[in-house]
Amino acid sequence: MEIFVISLLNGLVYGMLLFMLASGLTLIFSMMDVLNFAHASIYMLGAYFAYQISAFAGFWPALILAPLLCGAIGAAIEVWGLRRVHHNGHIAELLFTFGLVFIIGRGVQMTWGMLPMAYRVPPSLDFPLFTLYGANFPAYRAFMLFISASMLLSTWLLLKKTRIGLIIQAALTHPQMVSSLGHNVPMVFTTVFAGGCVLAGLAGVIGGNYQTTEPGMAEAMGPIVFVVVVFGGLGSLAGCFVASILMGMIQTFAVVIDQSCLDLLRPLGITTVPDNLLGEVLSVPVARIGALLPFMMMVLILLVRPRGLMGTRDT
Amino acid sequence: MKTRTLWIIAIVVAIALPWLFYNWETHRHSGFVISMLSQMGMMIILALSYNMLLGQAGLFSLCHATFFGFGGYATAHLLTAIGKDDLPIPMEIVPLASGLAGGALAVFFGYMATKQRATAFAMITLGISELGTVSALMFHHFYGGEGGITTDRMIDSSLFGLTYASGLQVYYLILAWTLIATAAMLFLTLTPLGRMANATRDNFERTQFMGYDPRMVRFLQFSLAGFFAGIGGGLYAITYEIVTFDALAAPLSANALLMAYIGGTGIFAGPILGAILITLLQSWVSLLSNSWLVYVGVMFIGMVIFAPEGLAGILMAHKPLHERGQMRRLIGPYLRLLPCSVAVAFGFVGIVELTSFLTIGLAQGKKLTIGGTNIDVHTMLPWGISVACFLLGALWLRFEAAGFRRVWDQITTELKAGVAKP
Repeated sequence: MEIFVISLLNGLVYGMLLFMLASGLTLIFSMMDVLNFAHASIYMLGAYFAYQISAFAGFWPALILAPLLCGAIGAAIEVWGLRRVHHNGHIAELLFTFGLVFIIGRGVQMTWGMLPMAYRVPPSLDFPLFTLYGANFPAYRAFMLFISASMLLSTWLLLKKTRIGLIIQAALTHPQMVSSLGHNVPMVFTTVFAGGCVLAGLAGVIGGNYQTTEPGMAEAMGPIVFVVVVFGGLGSLAGCFVASILMGMIQTFAVVIDQSCLDLLRPLGITTVPDNLLGEVLSVPVARIGALLPFMMMVLILLVRPRGLMGTRDT
Repeated sequence: MKTRTLWIIAIVVAIALPWLFYNWETHRHSGFVISMLSQMGMMIILALSYNMLLGQAGLFSLCHATFFGFGGYATAHLLTAIGKDDLPIPMEIVPLASGLAGGALAVFFGYMATKQRATAFAMITLGISELGTVSALMFHHFYGGEGGITTDRMIDSSLFGLTYASGLQVYYLILAWTLIATAAMLFLTLTPLGRMANATRDNFERTQFMGYDPRMVRFLQFSLAGFFAGIGGGLYAITYEIVTFDALAAPLSANALLMAYIGGTGIFAGPILGAILITLLQSWVSLLSNSWLVYVGVMFIGMVIFAPEGLAGILMAHKPLHERGQMRRLIGPYLRLLPCSVAVAFGFVGIVELTSFLTIGLAQGKKLTIGGTNIDVHTMLPWGISVACFLLGALWLRFEAAGFRRVWDQITTELKAGVAKP
């Protein structure tokens, strides 16, 4: 039971972190039909910026400044990069963001080195919030939950309740019409791209000291975020939310389950397996295939429902 | 020069190259050159088969190395089995078997992936690539975990009585299979399947109206590409006698993409150029610099923005000028482009290397030396020179590029109007 509750909370924290990344990616995708491969790289940049700023000015300025820096980088990418390759077609845009992954990844290695950074939880948040069945729940995780939830709430309010949000929503589906009404649609595109990068940067700031700030963090996070976005249905924020929480739960729960397929077969009287490939597949514990589960689920859902969980359009 | 002559020259050069680096005093071949040439052969197959998807069918795949690696693993197991049980399979046929292994896996995954195209296709292939890597690390019986599996290529079973003990024999085996695979892929572009793949790339809906099933075209193209990638993987296993998960992990898939794109996806031989260039960079520049991937990445982005047709496309753009004898007029503008490009490149390389020596180089305890003199990366002078070179060179390059563009446009309009004098 205690494992269950603790895993539930951890899964929620991780899921919300995923959703901060995935929501920006989904917004950018629904607007420009471009899946930004470099999104996880922006997340990594957010963590590194936060480390650098907090080394000089402390954690709280970093919490504000690092995401803004990421947003500025995002805007620059959109204006000087994506807009130029747009006329070369869809694949060119995908390839462009794919190339960015290389450059940002190597750039980070060049600037900060290959070793993990000592980016730590700020002392003011470094205490156990409450104790549950003898296990501590760190205050920082609660803080992460608070930041991600409030950020997402404000994004939602911005999109649904303000004039800017209305224009963005209209530009998602009817860019030509919005443009004829006198709005600067390319500007809206840049804003959305930068906004998505701000979210990714913020996720980096709070995720960098929750996980580790190291050059491999973009490669570790990237595929999972894409799985979330595709699983939830490209372009659907609600689906993206469900998928994020689900993936967060799967990843945290899989680690604590030490059963394998063999344990399911045991009631049938099968207790030992032959020492070959099939036997290995049957006897591998769930904890070890945790990393495999999200990808299996994505391939499966795309087979059964190509639009993803709640997607409204074919990709 | 005719295309056929070019092909023949390329083949003759490929056969002769190991002997150009032959050491006549010790009577030994250069191991470095032979292994680099062998690597080139595999990478050419990988890049060409990747271009069957990206260039010919417009499919952006991220899991091409999965089939390359699977072919490699299957071959390693096959070689071990042949050596142990004396199976009557000669070495020359083994790459075909690896191709079949890669192709079989591509049929399985292709059935899922080719239901979709464009972004969703890219995502599914990303998932397949991760599936492949994670299972390679997890299942020890087939993949051998992190250590990979080893094998022995001296199976004493050959059509021509060869032992494949030396690298040279293996190189000629690779060369032969590279030629076979290249010829087969070239032939495929001429078949109805190849033409329909181009059609689905250019106008997906019209292909459907004409009564073709685009999914079937994608599926066949994907499976065949997997087959050829498997051949490359088989040659990899034969050469190195060890296959680890590096052979099917995402970086190799990305490499296939880089090679094909930088070389040029629009022209059949483009990926060959790309594979040769990237392998050269990988073998030589990676010895000199920690950050060779930065250069490849910048080159790639530059290609995406400025020259989406790749290196081969740039070369082909000169063809009409060459045929009409107009190349002379470009010599001047090209010479003017040279110094500013060199300045930009020098400045950029300087900045990148100085930065990386501050961190990675420091961690490795290396010192930046140019021509025997140590350069202190903490002083302002080298930084100042690099940044100045880069910025001034970039401004100058912009100016010269505009001038070059004017000359180019003038020549092409004259060619179109038919008034250009040779």
